[in-house]
Amino acid sequence: MTAQIILFVILGAIAIAAAAGMLLSRNAVYSAVFLIMNFAVVAVFYLMLGAPFIAMVQVAVYAGAIMVLFMFVVMLLGAERLKAATDVSMTYRATAGVLVALLLVVGGAAVLLSVDASAPPVEISGEAAEAYGSPASIGELMFSKYVLPIQAVAFLLLAAMIGAVVLTKDDKPPVNVRAMQVARRGAQRKAALEKQLAEAQAARSDTETSETTEAAA
Amino acid sequence: MIPTSYYLILSAILFSMGVLGVLFRRNAIIIFMSVELMLNAGNLAFVAFSRQFGSLDGQTFVFFVMTVAAAEVAVGLALIVAIFRNKQSINIDEIHELKG
Repeated sequence: MTAQIILFVILGAIAIAAAAGMLLSRNAVYSAVFLIMNFAVVAVFYLMLGAPFIAMVQVAVYAGAIMVLFMFVVMLLGAERLKAATDVSMTYRATAGVLVALLLVVGGAAVLLSVDASAPPVEISGEAAEAYGSPASIGELMFSKYVLPIQAVAFLLLAAMIGAVVLTKDDKPPVNVRAMQVARRGAQRKAALEKQLAEAQAARSDTETSETTEAAA
Repeated sequence: MIPTSYYLILSAILFSMGVLGVLFRRNAIIIFMSVELMLNAGNLAFVAFSRQFGSLDGQTFVFFVMTVAAAEVAVGLALIVAIFRNKQSINIDEIHELKG
């Protein structure tokens, strides 16, 4: 009991420190690494909550795929070297800070005052406890009760994929590199042939002039 | 067993930190990361409640939230790249053409 709570406090402190590091670091690459750390700690929380499948998805999709995408864009844009942010007015900062503090207080109070959250968790035992949080049981639920949402999510992913391609597509008409290469090579060969022809003509006229001078002699 | 309320408090703290990031940082990429932090805090609350009520619906919802987050990141980062191409900047204070 106490060991679990000590573990929870340590992990929670790491999660909060990682989130703070993400907010405070000036370099976007460090922010991304801190966020990955935070996601990893949250994955451990999922394991503690009896959700091994979600924990693995968290590591693979969030810490893996999504953060790699972030890293790609940060490196692509050179965003880690962006100059320091423009100054925000003090009133804006103060208002935002007060609002966030209020949000935290209200959220915490809502949690602490709600009866359901302070009641002990429902105990599950036997086979149900064995299957709880496993990929098989989640998949069963996903394709029976939530079959419509999963179709909607499939369309959402398709739309996102097409949207990302359309958004990053270049507006300029595609340049046919191969055609340009062929044209350039053709022009070079034509120039070389013309040069050869001119040289041959010059040589012939030279011999002709020499022959006429010989004949004259 | 750790009470569910502990997880919910942690989730609230992480969510508030995400809100702070969105409000205070000017770099669009960092703002996106803060949004991810908020989504993640929501997921943590979902999983905590899922255990609280002994059902798997919360975990299924987390799966959907992750899918939506992935789609959002793909489109959002594409938008950031497109904006950077036009303006050579992703500072949100410099993107104010629609302000009038």
